[in-house]
Amino acid sequence: MYELKFNESECLSCATQDCLTRCQYMDIDRDTAKAEILKIARGEDSFVLHDCVTCYACEEYCPVNNHPFYLIVEKQEELDVPPLPRPLIRRGIQMGIPFRGEPVIDEINGQTLDMGAFADLMYLIQGKLFEGLPVISTDPRKMFHYFCQLMYLHYGRASVIKERLPGIIQTIAKHNVTEVICFHDECYGTYTSYCPAVGIEVPFKSIHFFEFLYNRLNELKGEITPVNLKVAYQRPCSSRLSSDKHHFVRDIFDLIGAEYVEREYVDENALCCGGTIQGQRREGSRKRTADVQKRNIEDIKNAGAEICVFNCPACYTTMGRLVAQNGIRPVFMSDLCRLAIGEKPAGWR
Amino acid sequence: MDPIYQALVDIVGQEHVSNQPEELFIYSYDLGTTEPHRPDYAVTPRSTEEIQEIVKLANREKVPVVPLGGGLSLAGLAVPFRGGIALDLKRMDSILEVNEKARYAVVECGVSQGQLTSYLERNYPHLTHSEPGAPPTATIAGNVAIHGQGDLAQPYGFNSDMVNGLEIVLPTGEVCKFGSCSIGSGWFTQHPLPDVGLFLGWSGTTGIITKVSIRLFPSKKIRGVGQFVVEDEELVPEIMYKLTHTQMTEDIVAFSQAVPPFASGLQHFTINIAADSEKELEFKQEIIWDDTLGEYIRSGAGGFLGFRSGLQRPQVSKTSDWRKGGGFEYVGSIMPVDTYPECYRRGREISERHDIPYTVLGRCVGTAHAMMFSWTYAFNRADPETVRQAREALHETDDLVLELGGTIWKPGLYGQKLVMERLDPNTLNLMKKIKQMLDPNGIMNPGNWEVS
Repeated sequence: MYELKFNESECLSCATQDCLTRCQYMDIDRDTAKAEILKIARGEDSFVLHDCVTCYACEEYCPVNNHPFYLIVEKQEELDVPPLPRPLIRRGIQMGIPFRGEPVIDEINGQTLDMGAFADLMYLIQGKLFEGLPVISTDPRKMFHYFCQLMYLHYGRASVIKERLPGIIQTIAKHNVTEVICFHDECYGTYTSYCPAVGIEVPFKSIHFFEFLYNRLNELKGEITPVNLKVAYQRPCSSRLSSDKHHFVRDIFDLIGAEYVEREYVDENALCCGGTIQGQRREGSRKRTADVQKRNIEDIKNAGAEICVFNCPACYTTMGRLVAQNGIRPVFMSDLCRLAIGEKPAGWR
Repeated sequence: MDPIYQALVDIVGQEHVSNQPEELFIYSYDLGTTEPHRPDYAVTPRSTEEIQEIVKLANREKVPVVPLGGGLSLAGLAVPFRGGIALDLKRMDSILEVNEKARYAVVECGVSQGQLTSYLERNYPHLTHSEPGAPPTATIAGNVAIHGQGDLAQPYGFNSDMVNGLEIVLPTGEVCKFGSCSIGSGWFTQHPLPDVGLFLGWSGTTGIITKVSIRLFPSKKIRGVGQFVVEDEELVPEIMYKLTHTQMTEDIVAFSQAVPPFASGLQHFTINIAADSEKELEFKQEIIWDDTLGEYIRSGAGGFLGFRSGLQRPQVSKTSDWRKGGGFEYVGSIMPVDTYPECYRRGREISERHDIPYTVLGRCVGTAHAMMFSWTYAFNRADPETVRQAREALHETDDLVLELGGTIWKPGLYGQKLVMERLDPNTLNLMKKIKQMLDPNGIMNPGNWEVS
């Protein structure tokens, strides 16, 4: 069975305990943080297991890449401290079960774009940016064969990920791919962060979607007209697993002439969209979600953004309408890039 | 020349009557499992007067008449079992009046749910009607005729309880009005004149509804759907009771289905909430999700899946068609709410016995006074074996409804027979007398409710 590589001594010698002291949803001092993370590592109960909103951010805050969030999830499951009510966990786990037959396996023999569990968003990969690029997981009826499973971190169910993920990787590998551009950075984080952390082998190289977009835009540089828009970015939880690629957000905005507005809740201080918080068992989760969303949107508005850019379809679903109701246009990054090269975005609201 | 065909042409004009097989074929079946029967004529009248003339002709010649609204009943209620005239009422599609202050609309019998919905959204956005789960081409008149329920069933009950008045063409050709309109007043109330409610629930066997006055209700600026889920079906009745106690919901539907997998073995609630402001919405959400359902969330027995503004209408009919080949039929029933767990478990057993992915649903009617519970069975239209399986499952379910102490809603022939076998003899005798008096030649939708 796959096991998380967590080194307790790294926490013992850690000078900052950033994993918990920087948590935006719990107020924890350094001493308490050290005590609690060690309790968790030793398999003891901790309030952190109960109060964690599963925003992934501690994965990024940890200065030594010791995977505190993966540890929290493992222990939530081990100690039966589910972050969500039982029916939501069961529902979520059942959602990932493929039920419409086997996928068609086309041999790619090279680079591909993997839509993962978002085959219904094919309209977001149109135009010159994606010309000639082979795509896998294009059929919404079959897309759960490509579902990276990492969502179950929100459910306190690392066991489901470990059980299903090798099969998903095998399905992708059957396409004979060498490089996989991940449409969603949760997939990217799965293959580049989670898999190494628990010892699952990945027989292909993963490419972050924003890195791909940035490189393609550079190839099409002559066709870029500055969009001259003030933009905010709703950073998703999964992006915390690939913080080394987060700079591509700013790089893309610079390249297409978008002004990345100054915000409080930006980059490492980004706030969760609330999608995962609202269903949690903790008292007041629904109101907590509303509060987080309100702070987030007020921050976007106060910064003067005209556009809110999304990477994660779940964030878009959770926040898109709210953003629009506040006079800010929600848009996916790929659509913004298409706008910059003179194409009409498919997903304008 | 066929004299009946010619007489029909004389009444409605040649372009609105047909005796051609390819057109009659369309009227020979509905989308359920009932065996098709071809009518001899299909007629599309445009007025009450034309309907009168058609019925007089049919009565004189003893030709069956099968009135048809949207043709979506699924249980064979508009299949012309004895041939005759398929009376397609879709051209009777005028919205005659909307009375804003008394909140009602008078519509002809061919006006569809979707038509009234869009008309109100355009012209009276602060008014709405209770739209059923059927596709939008279902008619208002057809729905009240079968005692339908819609997405305002929780606060206001059956759609047939919302009827303020009717215009009927009797099987002998006379036109009658019921309600305040019958004394020359507006169409604002069905009460308190002597009760002659002989036309709802009879599946068109006692007369043809030509006009309906239906109540309208306030449409709040924000209308949306929240979802809640539990594992334990035993919790569904108490949650329905608690939700209805708040008197803050517009619609409460609980469902469970084998496909897609996320829904299997779980009981999902869709709960419609409406408000005129964010303040009102938050107040209601706090009462519903935090105060009423919070105990289930904290104990881990129930989960909140979020609230989304905007109604997807219709809601219910999108959940059934899961089998290759695209067919489904359901048994609807009106049941006490506390039978939900047994309805779910027994329905699941029937589905599994017939190798059909199970789909069940309970819609709260009134303040948990009853629920419409449905068991849906998918089949492949191109595969007679799966049609047979579904038909058997439907019949077993009709039996189950009565075993569990409910009543079958809009029963097909099998279900009607079961109901009539159990009917109080005096009631059955009264129905016979009524039927004989109103339809002495038995021309109206024969095969259905054959009490005599």
